[in-house]
Amino acid sequence: MEEINWTALIIFIILFALITVLGFIAAHWRKGDLDLLHEWGLGGRRFGTFITWFLIGGDLYTAYTFVAVPALAFGAGAIAFFAVPYTIMIYPILFLVFPRLWHVCHKHNYITASDFVRGRFGNPWLALAIAITGIVATLPYIALQLVGLQVVIAGMGVSGTGYAGDLPLLIAFIILAAFTYTSGLRAPASIAVVKDILIYITAFAVVIAVPIELGGFGKIFAAVPPAKVLLASPGPHTTGAYGIYATLALGSALALFLYPHSITGILSASSGHAIRRNAALLPGYSFMLGLLALIGFFAIAAGVGAMPQFAAGFKQFGNNFAVPALFLQTFPSWFVGIAFAAIGIGALVPAAIMSIAAANLYTRNIHREFINGHLTDRQESQIAKWVSLIVKFGALAFIVFVPQQYAIYLQLLGGIWIIQTLPSVMLGVYTRWFDPWALVIGWAVGIVAGTWMFIAAKLTPNYPLAIAGFNFPGYSALYTLILNLVVAVVLTLLFNAAGKAQPDETVAADYRP
Amino acid sequence: MDQPRERQSGWSWWHLLLLIQFIGSLWVPFYNRIDPTWIGIPFFYWYQMLLVIVGALLTAIVYFATDA
Repeated sequence: MEEINWTALIIFIILFALITVLGFIAAHWRKGDLDLLHEWGLGGRRFGTFITWFLIGGDLYTAYTFVAVPALAFGAGAIAFFAVPYTIMIYPILFLVFPRLWHVCHKHNYITASDFVRGRFGNPWLALAIAITGIVATLPYIALQLVGLQVVIAGMGVSGTGYAGDLPLLIAFIILAAFTYTSGLRAPASIAVVKDILIYITAFAVVIAVPIELGGFGKIFAAVPPAKVLLASPGPHTTGAYGIYATLALGSALALFLYPHSITGILSASSGHAIRRNAALLPGYSFMLGLLALIGFFAIAAGVGAMPQFAAGFKQFGNNFAVPALFLQTFPSWFVGIAFAAIGIGALVPAAIMSIAAANLYTRNIHREFINGHLTDRQESQIAKWVSLIVKFGALAFIVFVPQQYAIYLQLLGGIWIIQTLPSVMLGVYTRWFDPWALVIGWAVGIVAGTWMFIAAKLTPNYPLAIAGFNFPGYSALYTLILNLVVAVVLTLLFNAAGKAQPDETVAADYRP
Repeated sequence: MDQPRERQSGWSWWHLLLLIQFIGSLWVPFYNRIDPTWIGIPFFYWYQMLLVIVGALLTAIVYFATDA
């Protein structure tokens, strides 16, 4: 067994204990009847501007983000920075589209995107497609949060042989499962405040301390291999790295708020105004994400990849170990404990919200729709609580027993799948024009094409699209979305010509305050 | 609560300001360069970080003009 970094571990445990207590007492915060699904699953829709900022920030900027973005910068260079334009473009989308979703969901007590689609389009199969896509896309994402937790636990020297090494992970997860069960969304909302404060402190400390220690940004960028400092200029007849960068950013931006955990965060806000204000305030997190990507370069310049004390960590986790290694190298142990706690807690907040979101979807849009339509409120919230437990432990089992690479593949595929819900959800809040069956077929075409492209591109999300001798390598999600939309439009024109009824529970006024 | 210039669809000309964030982000050939650097940071990086701030300010402007 490696040496345990006791100082760091003790601080880590103290902070974890703090948020555990917080998670349980959160049940009494802004008190509501947690036997009602919208109280358990949406916090009673009472989170004002600031709590929403912490919640959505903690939700979107996950432990996996903090570990994987710098890891990509460490390994691949400039391309990792796509996370910045990606998180720039999400905010106009949040500002324009999602208050409308909030209003209509509030008016009709819709808890999930699938509830909305069911009411808007009147077609249970379209709603089912949305629900299943949401659940399937979320599951690998929960699993990957555990990777962030695993990395920092290992960084503190806590390890064991075989499955014993995963014991700390199991403990953390049991704690997470317990307070999510009792407090619902209020738990991650309260913990997100602690987590986000810790993350900001850590990010700013690193960005100030490390460049001073390494001799300035000029020296840091000089240490990065020149080919990786910028994107490679495209060759002839291709959009090259520029196309990949831009499509990754745009495709990711369009998909982000379609994820169930994003929608749950948004729907728990107390008003459309809180959402719009957050569209202007949340970019603070994007700035921090840019700093995190730069931290990947700091790790290159600090040479942690070559240091013998980190060799075991890099062997086990690959480039994901770059950030823990840099922190261990740069900071005194007590600060390492704080930084690692930030990342570790940063895994629990989104994992909690994701499991709640998946549970909401299953309960409302699969169980109540197809299995038992006569649930009492109490039964509804009870089912959701159980499902969220099952989902979490399923994710844990997946990470422990299945090679991590499969979780990554599934998460990449999940991004391609979830974007196929864009026409129904994001266009659905503007217009009822689309025919629901056209949307289902468009969705199916997008899913199949996207999965095929992923396989054809050797299990990567960048598809080398070639048209008439010109190459457009780019993000499959974006290309399949276009295909999905084209199919939906063409089929809608055909079906509408047949003159069908257009059931719609909502009216135009429902989308505005 | 409706602003006089917003019709039922919620559209306002102010929203066009938000396009700047898209164009600024997607026009990659414009910012894929090292110079001009700022405190040793290549343009590629500090431009995108600046765009985060500019984007937030633009969204705030649109918010105050249409929603507040």
